[in-house]
Amino acid sequence: MRDDVLSGGFAEAPVEAARAFRAALEAMARPGTIYTVSGAAAPAPVSVAASVLLLTLCDRETPLYLAPGHDGAAVRDWVAFHIGAPLVGPGEAMFALGGWEALKPLDAYQIGTPDYPDRSVTLIAELPGLAAEGARLTGPGIREAAFLSLPETRAFHANRALFPLGWDCFLAAGERIAALPRTTIVEAL
Amino acid sequence: MTETAYNFAYLDEQTKRMIRRAILKGVAIPGYQVPFASREMPMPYGWGTGGVQVTAACLTPADTLKVIDQGADDTTNAVSIRKFFQRTAQVAVTEHTEEASLIQTRHRIPETPLAEGQILVYQVPIPEPLRFLEPRETETRKMHALEEYGLMHVKLYEDIAHNGEISTAYAYPVQVEGRYVMDPSPIPKFDNPRLESAAVQLFGAGREQRIYAIPPYTQVVSLDFEDYPFEASKADHPCDLCGCATSYLDEVIVDDAGGRMFVCSDTDFCSTRRAEGHRGRLSGEDLAEELA
Repeated sequence: MRDDVLSGGFAEAPVEAARAFRAALEAMARPGTIYTVSGAAAPAPVSVAASVLLLTLCDRETPLYLAPGHDGAAVRDWVAFHIGAPLVGPGEAMFALGGWEALKPLDAYQIGTPDYPDRSVTLIAELPGLAAEGARLTGPGIREAAFLSLPETRAFHANRALFPLGWDCFLAAGERIAALPRTTIVEAL
Repeated sequence: MTETAYNFAYLDEQTKRMIRRAILKGVAIPGYQVPFASREMPMPYGWGTGGVQVTAACLTPADTLKVIDQGADDTTNAVSIRKFFQRTAQVAVTEHTEEASLIQTRHRIPETPLAEGQILVYQVPIPEPLRFLEPRETETRKMHALEEYGLMHVKLYEDIAHNGEISTAYAYPVQVEGRYVMDPSPIPKFDNPRLESAAVQLFGAGREQRIYAIPPYTQVVSLDFEDYPFEASKADHPCDLCGCATSYLDEVIVDDAGGRMFVCSDTDFCSTRRAEGHRGRLSGEDLAEELA
């Protein structure tokens, strides 16, 4: 098997996953904040940040959708070796990984049910960069307002209207993560 | 068994991932109770297993942990849970609220306001605020789905009709971000205003197998009526040790003649005030006499 498939996992999983989860938790609890993570590297084009999120949150119980562009043989083999998540289509996925446009259409994903709004997908969107500028964010977790370089605002706005249903999203760029829960109100400037 | 025989923070990685996923969904849906596969823990149900599982999923080696029970760091359960995490996660521990990065609590919110970067983990006995009004899970889940909380409003109204006021004194129900009605755990209603916080608040119910969360800067409204507004009331007395007039108090019976003293429930808050020089009615030599 290729080297880049067998390597790239956490060296000390319990402690590294714990640190990574704290970054993920703070990112989801404080939309607009950006955190640096490290410790994992899946084959290209998966970013370090997305690799860390996958190792921290996914396992054989979490069906995973790899969007076009992120579904090459090396990535699939890396997921099979390090995570064991079943690879499925968007409609069955608990987690979905890909570039922002590749993840679309967003209405293909599970958004939960009125009785169980938690049974919804978590998107991991790979972006070219992340900066605290651009779209204006308000809502839970944000003291007054925050700003984040979202790829668009329309999809987030439409998702907010579904509350309490909806998807939740991690944004990954290089070694940095941010997150938008479904509760965030997004406005273009 | 050596110390190294335990995985970090006791739980296996698969369990921690499952709890972490539940925590993230809880944060994304404030006040909604996320079902999770609660594990057997080395303490029985009813002794904080939910809080312990949430704490175990959140801890990193760099954390400083504080554990309190009804505001006190030195009760049996607070001490044993703190020792549990010292043993299985080797984390630093503290009794000072301001020094802690993660605080696990049973039935109180610390008096000292929490800051960004802190996490407060609540131990929750019954997560469902409607449970004592409607025992069926199928019905309460439907009520939350439909935002149908009439049953709770009727209960509060009948309190007023019978007693002249809402008689709920602890576990006072709140509505989070105008959507989910939530049980804040059996904290005194005096603590409810502090549910709006700069910290992340996570709630774990081990026996009932639910996790829920309030993100920072989230709207939390204690249920009331326009003409009977919510009051965060406490005993009308200052602390007899430190003199604080604004903290929640424990009432302590000191003799067989019904004599009593009131002391801050939050032991760190009180001892910090006394270290700063504040004195109450019964501090120092008076206290020794009173308790003799």
